[in-house]
Amino acid sequence: MGYAWNWSVLLSATPSGETTFLGWLLAGLQWTLGLSLAAWLVALIIGTLFGVLRTVPNRWLRGVATTYVEIFRNVPLLVQLFIWYFVLPELLPSTWGSAIKQSDPLMQQFIAAWLCLFCFTGARVCEQVRGGIESLPGGQRNAALALGLTLPQTYRQVLLPMAFRIIVPPLTSEFLNIFKNSAVASTIGLIELSRQAQQLVDYTAQPYEAFIAVTLLYALINVVVMLAMRWVEATTRFPGFVGGR
Amino acid sequence: MYEFDWSSIPGALPILAKGMSVTLELTLTAIAVGIVWGALLAMARLSGKPWLSWPAATYVNVFRAIPLVMVILWFYLIVPALLQQLLHVQASTDIRMASALVAFSLFESAYYAEIIRAGIQSVPKGQVAAAQALGMPYAQVMRWVVLPQALRNMTPLLLTQAIILFQDTSLVYVIGLADFFGAAYKVGDRDGRLVELLLFAGLIYFVICYAVSWLVKNLQRKSVA
Repeated sequence: MGYAWNWSVLLSATPSGETTFLGWLLAGLQWTLGLSLAAWLVALIIGTLFGVLRTVPNRWLRGVATTYVEIFRNVPLLVQLFIWYFVLPELLPSTWGSAIKQSDPLMQQFIAAWLCLFCFTGARVCEQVRGGIESLPGGQRNAALALGLTLPQTYRQVLLPMAFRIIVPPLTSEFLNIFKNSAVASTIGLIELSRQAQQLVDYTAQPYEAFIAVTLLYALINVVVMLAMRWVEATTRFPGFVGGR
Repeated sequence: MYEFDWSSIPGALPILAKGMSVTLELTLTAIAVGIVWGALLAMARLSGKPWLSWPAATYVNVFRAIPLVMVILWFYLIVPALLQQLLHVQASTDIRMASALVAFSLFESAYYAEIIRAGIQSVPKGQVAAAQALGMPYAQVMRWVVLPQALRNMTPLLLTQAIILFQDTSLVYVIGLADFFGAAYKVGDRDGRLVELLLFAGLIYFVICYAVSWLVKNLQRKSVA
């Protein structure tokens, strides 16, 4: 094969001269990590909230949560992203819309990607939380209510602490997914990791090095998250309940 | 306020339908290859022979660690260049569809392998032992005893994965292939009606995925009852 390998290209300076190509990759890594973690935090919160709403006795609240889940699970991530990025600013009142369009493009891309990722992942987390709550024996809820706990207390003190421990494994895979899904943000121009890979191909003409380096960085994120979540799983395991599965 | 103008959609329907056929071709190919290749991977992983299970596990873990966008780009930018050097194919051949088909098939196989592995493991061990006691070799045990039962257990998950795959095919946007979403985007961009076309695309995806997942749910209910 006539390909000239040149790994040192990663250490050579970029056209602007400020940093090396490796520096570009690390900047991309920062955007990927920042975007994913910021979206994960919000996704956990709204996922829990809607997950609880999906299991409450009130029919209307359940309906609201179900609508949220169905919309965000049945439209492709890319379409959702484009709707947040291209459609939302048009539909807002024109003063807001033009304020958005005049703001820093990087910020526009980041906020659209962030909104998109947390709404998308939130719907998935919601289903995991609902599954966790529904997997508990019905006696738990009844016993808590019979003891005179209010419904919010029942959720906070009895149901959710158990449900969260049960759903650590599926949440782990959602957490892994959010890093992978963040690569979709490259389509609206956010210079995260996979965008930097494409940029490096254009600038260095050394496609293999750029793609291998970025792929390894994604694999590294995967391994680190998996180890971290394994630790969470081990420390939160409920004796005699989940560990026995 | 924004004034909607849906007038560019009716005239664009043939283009959109052509896009949808690309989307379906990608989805159905990836499902077919993914299930066959995924089943082989799953059986290799469960075979208990390190020289089979190890490569299969590596394959599955590597594909599951990388974003789909990266996989699509790998197969579009990197692999064809390699093949062109090896096989001396014309550089001008349009390889977008072929590379997308290969990328989705190989990528989905990793996910199908995991579903099928779980399905196989859901079959009680006594079934395998009984089949072996009857004198069946491994391939027959799988073919006649384990897989038919496993398939029934994992049908809902296989279908759910198919819905996810159908949605994910929109990512061929990154290599400029005109699937349904790509076609909608192009029309919207051409007519300056991106807002309407994106909302329309979202609606169509929603209706299809919602209907199929409703069917899956009913199927599940029927098989439980």
